Amino acid sequence: MNAYVKTFTAFNGDAESSWLKSQRIAAFARFEHLGFPTPAVEQWKYTDTKALAKQVFKLAESYDEAAAQALFASKGLKLDAYYLVLVDGVLSPALSNLEAMQEAVVIEPLSQALATELELTCGMMGRLAGIDVDVFTALNFAFVSEGAVIRIGNHQKLNKPLVITYLSTANAADETAVMSHPRILIAAGANSELQLIEHFIGADDAKNFTNRVVEGILERNAKIEHTLLQQPSDKEWWVGRIQMEQKRDSRYTFHHMNLGGKLVRDDLVCDLNGKGAEAHFSGLLLGRNRQHLDIHTLVNHNAPLTHSYETYKTILNDRARGVFNSLVVVKKDSQKISAVQNNANLLLSDQAEIDAKPELIIFADDVKCSHGATTGQLDMDALFYLMARGVDEQQARGLLTLAFANEVVDTLLIPAIYNLVETAVAGQLPHKIELELMQ
Amino acid sequence: MIEIKDLHAQVEGNPILKGLNLTIKSGEVHAIMGPNGAGKSTLSAVLAGRDNYEVTRGSVTFLGKNLFEMSVEERACAGLMLAFQYPVEIPGVKNVYLLKAALNAQRKARGEPEMEAPAFMKLVREKLQFMKIDNSFLHRAVNEGFSGGEKKRNEILQMLILEPKLILLDEIDSGLDIDALKIVAEGVNSLRDANRSFLMITHYQRLLDYIEPDFVHVLSDGQIIKSGDKSLALKLEEQGYDWVLEETA
Repeated sequence: MNAYVKTFTAFNGDAESSWLKSQRIAAFARFEHLGFPTPAVEQWKYTDTKALAKQVFKLAESYDEAAAQALFASKGLKLDAYYLVLVDGVLSPALSNLEAMQEAVVIEPLSQALATELELTCGMMGRLAGIDVDVFTALNFAFVSEGAVIRIGNHQKLNKPLVITYLSTANAADETAVMSHPRILIAAGANSELQLIEHFIGADDAKNFTNRVVEGILERNAKIEHTLLQQPSDKEWWVGRIQMEQKRDSRYTFHHMNLGGKLVRDDLVCDLNGKGAEAHFSGLLLGRNRQHLDIHTLVNHNAPLTHSYETYKTILNDRARGVFNSLVVVKKDSQKISAVQNNANLLLSDQAEIDAKPELIIFADDVKCSHGATTGQLDMDALFYLMARGVDEQQARGLLTLAFANEVVDTLLIPAIYNLVETAVAGQLPHKIELELMQ
Repeated sequence: MIEIKDLHAQVEGNPILKGLNLTIKSGEVHAIMGPNGAGKSTLSAVLAGRDNYEVTRGSVTFLGKNLFEMSVEERACAGLMLAFQYPVEIPGVKNVYLLKAALNAQRKARGEPEMEAPAFMKLVREKLQFMKIDNSFLHRAVNEGFSGGEKKRNEILQMLILEPKLILLDEIDSGLDIDALKIVAEGVNSLRDANRSFLMITHYQRLLDYIEPDFVHVLSDGQIIKSGDKSLALKLEEQGYDWVLEETA
């Protein structure tokens, strides 16, 4: 905690007096007051942050450009898209590409927005993910300086996807690891459309802490297709929060592909505030070694005729631990809503562990809700069947594991992301694509 | 093709096979019949390489190699195929993908190049037509929601595509109505040739009307106690197993 105080004083003390500076002070006070959550805190019952609290992180001021370029070249997505790239939380102008943006759309780095349109930007910040939401959200606010501001005007459809890439680098000198607190602010106008891809890439030996917050408002009939692809190193810490507010007939679709990390915790909250609003979540947690992967989702059905559909799958190997906690709350007057929570877990080793907790709290009486969680292992008879046809054991296991994940992996519509996830789940499978093309 | 000598096997410590001898030459079709609990299914499980079956004595030589030194997939790649009595449902794995993965694994084991997609699809469509299976079948998950007849037809389809050298048919007739049985038998018969052998395990003579065996063996208490031609099967159908048991007692 002392290290955080020092870092914060140095970070905010020099800042010019402004609303933001005072907000950061309030946020840091909140963080100090709450401290790192212990398992006694209900929301953190299954995820112990003690080990994270012990670490000392510094804020990055610069980064190794060549290392960042190399990491991006080897693991970054190569799409026809707008790119905003942060390296250890610092903007990389060289790797970003936000040129030739269409009219009535603003996509810019948060630092730039704070410099040029302070009031407007501050107005978007903390509206949904304020300092009282969670201790990590408060910490993010205390150190907020970089991220993205995305404003899509009414009736605008972003003509290319936006890829926000977080590169997390390792330094050879083994200096103090870095922390970053990016914040993404989204205002999707009425009838607008946005495809957002967040891609987290950790260098092999990176030991950094990333604490990212996304908050967004979907106006009437706005559509956001959001993919979060996480590829941290085995030693990295990630805490993430997404807060979305949805107005009438808006649609938020979230694809969450968590492919590892030392400790990865994500909170996903959707407030369905207008009739006809829909939220779709499909996620995969893929853990191995001693990784700890945690997803908490919350959908508030605050209006009638709102719909939420959620499918999360976890695949855990070795001594990995997973947490799936999902809550749907239906308000008293939110009649004729539907909510589905599906969770299935595949344990590939005897020592892997999952805590699965789908919950419904319903105050309305005319609703359609279902939830379920299952946990199992690979079907040994199916494995034998495949091997008895000549498929080697490793490939047979890969096929069956992928089959388990298909329901969520198949929702990935960008081939580069699909292939990346498929390979992570199943290893190299020959000729898969070729067959798909034959259909 | 395959030579089984003095085979003893046990399941969880219970001896099931107690000195079974059987030799099958290329091109021959053998049928093994016998009462419940004689060891019929154990025989097919041991040959295919299932876990939990322990071979305690004896040897099996398949195409000149020691079968027990080969893994499950190596046996398959060498040309041994077990058609399951109860084919497993595998949700999420499409038939077309299993067929391609299996065919290419076997080709690779033989040192042949992988088959290209167009040639593969042509082959598969031809065999589907022969088995009177709709093309949509390819994109359904392996055996998922299939009727008993469809599952067995799928086993035969795999045979037609993989072209194994020795085929074990484990009660392939169970759960089939007469029309499905005819289609299955037709598929099997189309595969009969001088270089391929069959070992059928069955309760009923009915199957042997459609797939005529060259040899019929009676398995009882883990041993083959009588062998003959197909007329033996007819006699068993008429008179049951008691007379064989008495004759050999």
